[in-house]
Amino acid sequence: MTETDQKTDTVQKSDCGCKKLTPAMKPPTRGLNRRNLLLKVGAGLNGLAAAFMGVPVLGYVLSSFTREWPKSWISLGPLDRFPQGETRLAVYRNPVSKPWDGDTAEVPCWVRRIDPTTFQVFAINCTHLGCPVRWFEESRLFMCPCHGGAFYEDGSHASGPPPRGLYEYQHKVESGELKVLGGHLPTLAEPL
Amino acid sequence: MLRSIALWLEQRLHITKLFEATAGHKVPLSTNSWFYVFGSGTLLCFVLQILTGTCLAFVYVPSTSQAWTSLQYLNNEQFLGWFLRAVHNWGSIFMVAIMTLHLVQTFLFGAYKYPRELTWVSGCVLFLCTLGMAFTGQVLRFDQDAYWGLGIGASIVGRIPFIGAQLVHLMLAGPTIASETLSRFFSLHVFVVPGMIIALLSLHLRLVLTKGINEYPKPGSLVRKESYGAQYEDLVETTGVPFVPNVIGKDLIFSGCLVIAIVTCALVFGPTGPSGPPNPTLIHTAPKPDFYFLPIYAILALLPAYMETFLLLVAPVLGIAILVLLPFYSGTGEKSYRRRPMAVVVVLLAFLTTGLLAYLGTFAPWSPHMEAWSAIATPPAYVKGRSALELQGAILIQSKQCRNCHSLGGEGGMRGPALDTVATRLTHDQLIRQVIQGSGNMPAYGKNLRPAEVTALVAFMQTLRPSYQPPARDSTQMASR
Repeated sequence: MTETDQKTDTVQKSDCGCKKLTPAMKPPTRGLNRRNLLLKVGAGLNGLAAAFMGVPVLGYVLSSFTREWPKSWISLGPLDRFPQGETRLAVYRNPVSKPWDGDTAEVPCWVRRIDPTTFQVFAINCTHLGCPVRWFEESRLFMCPCHGGAFYEDGSHASGPPPRGLYEYQHKVESGELKVLGGHLPTLAEPL
Repeated sequence: MLRSIALWLEQRLHITKLFEATAGHKVPLSTNSWFYVFGSGTLLCFVLQILTGTCLAFVYVPSTSQAWTSLQYLNNEQFLGWFLRAVHNWGSIFMVAIMTLHLVQTFLFGAYKYPRELTWVSGCVLFLCTLGMAFTGQVLRFDQDAYWGLGIGASIVGRIPFIGAQLVHLMLAGPTIASETLSRFFSLHVFVVPGMIIALLSLHLRLVLTKGINEYPKPGSLVRKESYGAQYEDLVETTGVPFVPNVIGKDLIFSGCLVIAIVTCALVFGPTGPSGPPNPTLIHTAPKPDFYFLPIYAILALLPAYMETFLLLVAPVLGIAILVLLPFYSGTGEKSYRRRPMAVVVVLLAFLTTGLLAYLGTFAPWSPHMEAWSAIATPPAYVKGRSALELQGAILIQSKQCRNCHSLGGEGGMRGPALDTVATRLTHDQLIRQVIQGSGNMPAYGKNLRPAEVTALVAFMQTLRPSYQPPARDSTQMASR
């Protein structure tokens, strides 16, 4: 007879017809406290182990949430690339790019040269939802293809859903080159 | 011999018991209905997506520098790569569609009511996970639309107060859209979300077994917490038949048709994209999402600006809460849609709204027609017999890109009103004012047009009216005459 069978035998029908535990069915109490203690220690140890494993994993996954991304000055090329009174597309390579970024490391922006020393550099992204705005020389407007936002040549809001004018880069002229402070995608939470 | 192998397996695996508890469990006979096939249909789509997705992952390269090229390779070089891509794409479209039908059916049949609250909640989360798969999948098709779609996603996340910037970094895995962004979405699409779906699906199916499938509701038969359990048990006892083989027939027929439909669509329409290469410097693009997100895309163009952030951030949370918590505020009572007119109205309104917005999103009448000014001809009738000044104006309407927003002869942008009969609506002075100052959605052209150009433009526009309609008149001038 197996152990299970023995246990089944000890279940007896009482008068009411329901199952009743005989003393033999009661679990042995000897060593139980020790077992409870082991369960608690085991659970606690696993909690600790989970923290040991989980905290670094969370840190790894959330690192982009907490990390600061420094901006840096990037050259858009020599000044004579930008004729006075005109708005031209310029491209720079993202300063935090990786070798396997491919074309996505190239960032376009609009450079407006007002006079020999005054510039405006706009992000390509519409302030509504980030689509690329296009410059129309003839009507001197930036137009967005997504939801129809339009901006004047100085970047201010002309019409449509955008909540503000175009994002404008900080810029400076250094050793004959136009430089912008860039390195992140502009959004309403973090304009340039 | 076969019998002894079967017996051996039975003794080890207890297949009969397993069968009785799962596929062979008893269901009310009333569930043997064509309305009850959408759940298994969705499951089938999911299995098909796993199968085709795994095959695509054999070839696809989740790197921003190579993804687009590997998609081209799949389309053109890999044997039947185009077919696998097409089935994966059409499978996703069918999965979203069939799952929506499943949601609507369970809603209209009151299946979410007591005691199936958790079945409903897990189903709602599965629905959201599937939409998550649709969005992340769209990003993996890493083309121009995907690149700018990520920018749109980041712009929406960037509107979240206080931690918007950090959340954008978390979403993009850095400060810009770059290689790690794609790796992140690949991991979400291939590991994280499917894992969640499998876990939730197990719970969902387990609940269907433990709490039983919803009986076909009878109008007037109300759900009461005290009595429903016993009623249902009684129903299964009296009319119950094993799901396999008695009820699964309709599911099998529907599933078979579904696979044939998906494969047919894949064969006829082929794979979607990739569109242009994901090069941010190629800015001559008009990004548009896949059809599931067209209603959102449309509503973002049509909302007043002050409502936008609220609708983007608060409305989805509210909407999801209303949906998920449905069984907790409407958990008993009438189940049948025949006695729940509001439920039917809600479903019809939801379909009408999303359908209309998706339709508008397809044509995007709010976007300027970027090539209209240079690509579309002026209708000959509008230049015939016009003076030199008026013809100069006709040229300016093209060259100053007015036609990107205003159509002539039915062609051109639809953002502004068509100009075919503008002279019947605005007087000479009003036209000048509108051009120079703009208003509403029209930019002011005062700085960009010389006075002579405005004169020519307005002279041309004053000719734009049918001969049988008089020009607009200024009532104040009439009085003074």
